[in-house]
Amino acid sequence: MQIELTINEKAVKWEVAFDELLADTLRSHGFLSIKTACDTSCCGLCTVWIDGKSRLSCSILSLQAHGKKITTIEGLPKEAEEFAQILSAEGAEQCGFCSPGFIMSVLAMKNELVNPSEEEIIHYLTGNLCRCTGYMGQLRAIKTFLGVA
Amino acid sequence: MKSVGHSIRKIDGMAIATGKPVYTEDLAMDNALVVKILRSPHAYAKIRSIDLSKAESLEGVECILTYKDVPNVRFTLAGQSYPEPSPYDRLILDQIVRYVGDEVAIIAAVDEKTAQLAMKRIKVEYEVMEPVLDFEQAIGHSSIVHPEEDLSCNFEIGLNKEKNIASSYHEEVGDVEEELKRCAVVVEDVYYPQAQAHTMMETYRAFSYLDHTGRLIVVSSTQVPFHIRRQLARALQIPASKIRVIKPRIGGGFGGKQTGAGDVFAALVTLKTGKPALIIYDRKETFTCTTSRHAMRLRVKLGADQDGIIRAIDMQVLSDTGAYGEHAPTVLGCVGHYTLPLYNKTRAVRFDGHAVYTNKMPAGAFRGYGATQGTFALESIVNKLAERLKLDPTEIRLKNISKVGETFLTGQGVMLGSTSLDQCIVRGKELIGWDEKFPRREVGPNKVRAVGMAITMQGSGIANIGTASAEIRLNDDGNFTLLTGATDMGTGCDTILSQMAAEILEIPMEIIIVNAGDTDTSPYDPGSYASSTTYVAGTAVVKAAEELKSKILAQSAAFLGVSREDVELNGLAVRTLSGDQEISFAKLAELTILGTGKLQLVGYATHGSEVSPPPYVAGFAEVEVDRETGKVDLIDYVAVIDCGTVINPNLARIQAEGGIAQGIGMALYEQVRYDELGKMATNTFMQYKIPTRKDVGKVRIEFEVSYEPTGPFGAKSIGEVVANTPPPAISHAIYNAVGVRENHLPITPEKVFLGMQK
Ligand code: FES
Ligand code: FES
Repeated sequence: MQIELTINEKAVKWEVAFDELLADTLRSHGFLSIKTACDTSCCGLCTVWIDGKSRLSCSILSLQAHGKKITTIEGLPKEAEEFAQILSAEGAEQCGFCSPGFIMSVLAMKNELVNPSEEEIIHYLTGNLCRCTGYMGQLRAIKTFLGVA
Repeated sequence: MKSVGHSIRKIDGMAIATGKPVYTEDLAMDNALVVKILRSPHAYAKIRSIDLSKAESLEGVECILTYKDVPNVRFTLAGQSYPEPSPYDRLILDQIVRYVGDEVAIIAAVDEKTAQLAMKRIKVEYEVMEPVLDFEQAIGHSSIVHPEEDLSCNFEIGLNKEKNIASSYHEEVGDVEEELKRCAVVVEDVYYPQAQAHTMMETYRAFSYLDHTGRLIVVSSTQVPFHIRRQLARALQIPASKIRVIKPRIGGGFGGKQTGAGDVFAALVTLKTGKPALIIYDRKETFTCTTSRHAMRLRVKLGADQDGIIRAIDMQVLSDTGAYGEHAPTVLGCVGHYTLPLYNKTRAVRFDGHAVYTNKMPAGAFRGYGATQGTFALESIVNKLAERLKLDPTEIRLKNISKVGETFLTGQGVMLGSTSLDQCIVRGKELIGWDEKFPRREVGPNKVRAVGMAITMQGSGIANIGTASAEIRLNDDGNFTLLTGATDMGTGCDTILSQMAAEILEIPMEIIIVNAGDTDTSPYDPGSYASSTTYVAGTAVVKAAEELKSKILAQSAAFLGVSREDVELNGLAVRTLSGDQEISFAKLAELTILGTGKLQLVGYATHGSEVSPPPYVAGFAEVEVDRETGKVDLIDYVAVIDCGTVINPNLARIQAEGGIAQGIGMALYEQVRYDELGKMATNTFMQYKIPTRKDVGKVRIEFEVSYEPTGPFGAKSIGEVVANTPPPAISHAIYNAVGVRENHLPITPEKVFLGMQK
């Protein structure tokens, strides 16, 4: 089946199988920032934006992306770099495997929440698991990034 | 110091954070065959027949391999220095399957769908046997998990397969029974730490292909490339020289990737077909078909005199190694090695342990490596002793811990070179507000808050066994290459080792190229485990850098026509002490490497340590318990750490915070359940809960620096020790809150609730 979508501001037509997941489609087209770490929509590693909202690309059929605007971290080089600089200055990208999905969630949060409290930040990002860092360093980086105490 | 001691960003940090294609799967060739494993549905069975005809005939199926197609040589997947202490008890595929998930057939096809379809079409007939599921019933069970004759060991590890004993360990100094009789107070209890899952975010994976000379190349998400090479050579019965193992960036390990998983299957497919092959374990396979922490039963008895001086420790340990013995003897031994030396006023200690085979997923290496389980038991019992003696738990530790220059009973006279554990305890106490909060405060009609604590130690490398080599070259254009076999798994050792090299050579890190984790190009290193990278590989790097530095000075002096004593490093150059002559590294490189030089300057060193100095942590937990529901909220966790000199404070802090979070998971959330037929029920993140960012409360880390004379720049290890304190400290806090002593981990709300009803 053919779908038409916009990926990182570029219109594309892709051939996909009816049961293909968006995460797999994206990887097969070279968007290798997409990581997956569960089969149960639990980890958040596969987070992308669909029409500007952060979504789990492992839990969406590629067919459902038809007509949508998809953004991956490859499409946000400037913003991602800006936050990644802060994150890695903190040392909070340990293995880094969770980082792209996490960064997509953080950037979405920045667009959605104004001056979030620590609690709101934690709540917004609960779906992004990280087994390496224990989350504290990520939180420090977010606070620096958002300029909140 | 210009490099060491600074929070330098990881050299690969930006690439991994922004999703650049640097992990195993990203590097695999698009045309690689997809490898899938048909796994046993039974906990213990013998394969009667396998019918592949319907599967093999499918278009796109390249090969299907069964036990008939593999070399008949037993090996171990444990990544350990040769000769491995773990028993050679597995075949690539065996006619006997020993747990639900054990491998039955390897399927390689052009794509995933075809492989899955082929898997469904394989017909296997099993003769189902009675499994050994309860590890406390394993010794003397009517079923024998490893009946085969060709199982072998490199050492006497106390294996007795007729009794399902994979390994036994006994250590005793003094007369424990006598000493206990003399003690004013004796406390004892039994503890059950669970088979925690590593749940690194990148599951196990490897891809393999043949290079232009027909050698087998395996790109693997592993902590131990050299061990994987040796393991593959034995399992596949080909010379190690025909194998190259490359470790790219890896998405977490925590000891899990110190045991092979999947590499051998992909490699076998490549050897059979000549084609590239990729194997990726899904999350369920990672939960159910790899390794976990060893579940254990620890009976501990502690005797003390009236003043609270601990005089006797008796530990009896039963460890569940599951279907295979990966790391069984060493994890068992480490339970005692990393607990008994903590308190050295003892007059007698005894350790007696068995690791037993069962028909469950094998256990293996997991951050903490026995120390975690031992610490849970020992520290819990010390807290119990403190209560019995009405002593403050922090005071009893301060009375009993080892000091610099002291020895301990089982330590064969080795003196402690560094410790700031006493300061760690004092500082941690302040940070958590111990004096105001111990033991408990009511904070609402049904809510109570309480604090608890524990201390721990680990080692730094494996004394007299772990060695690492490092090489540093001055390159043709005046920059440097650091070659090391250490395997960065996000922990930052590529960065930390270059920091050390930069410090010695007095150069900026930017001009050091790091080449690591490739068995073809790296000097030998056992890999990143046993808390050895900073301490052992770090010292090798320091020595190699020093050797190169002295060659640079000598050669420069010769070129400048002065004596060696008359020159010094100066930026990217060497100059005479008087400052009137100078030669740049670039010029030096040109003169030594290019044209007439014929003498590239290289520093090389191999290092192994005769001691394994302990890092320490004092951990303090504050919890809030709901008396109505048994729900436990972790409010605050303070860990004060002695890892000697802190080479890179930010990276050390993240290591510590991450280790503490894993310990919190083990203490409160990470429940492992099997059904009555031996199938693991907790095989997704839905059932097996690792901490989310809501579950960890606040974790605060501080360092109390000490100086370890045998370490690079005074450093000791940090990677593992940080995982150990949360189970006993949190358990202690819960007891202080509501009087429930729950010795089976994890301490779930139900258990607390039920405990309160008693
Ligand atoms: S892969 Fe885990 S939520 Fe998508
Ligand atoms: S950094 Fe490894 S999982 Fe988050």
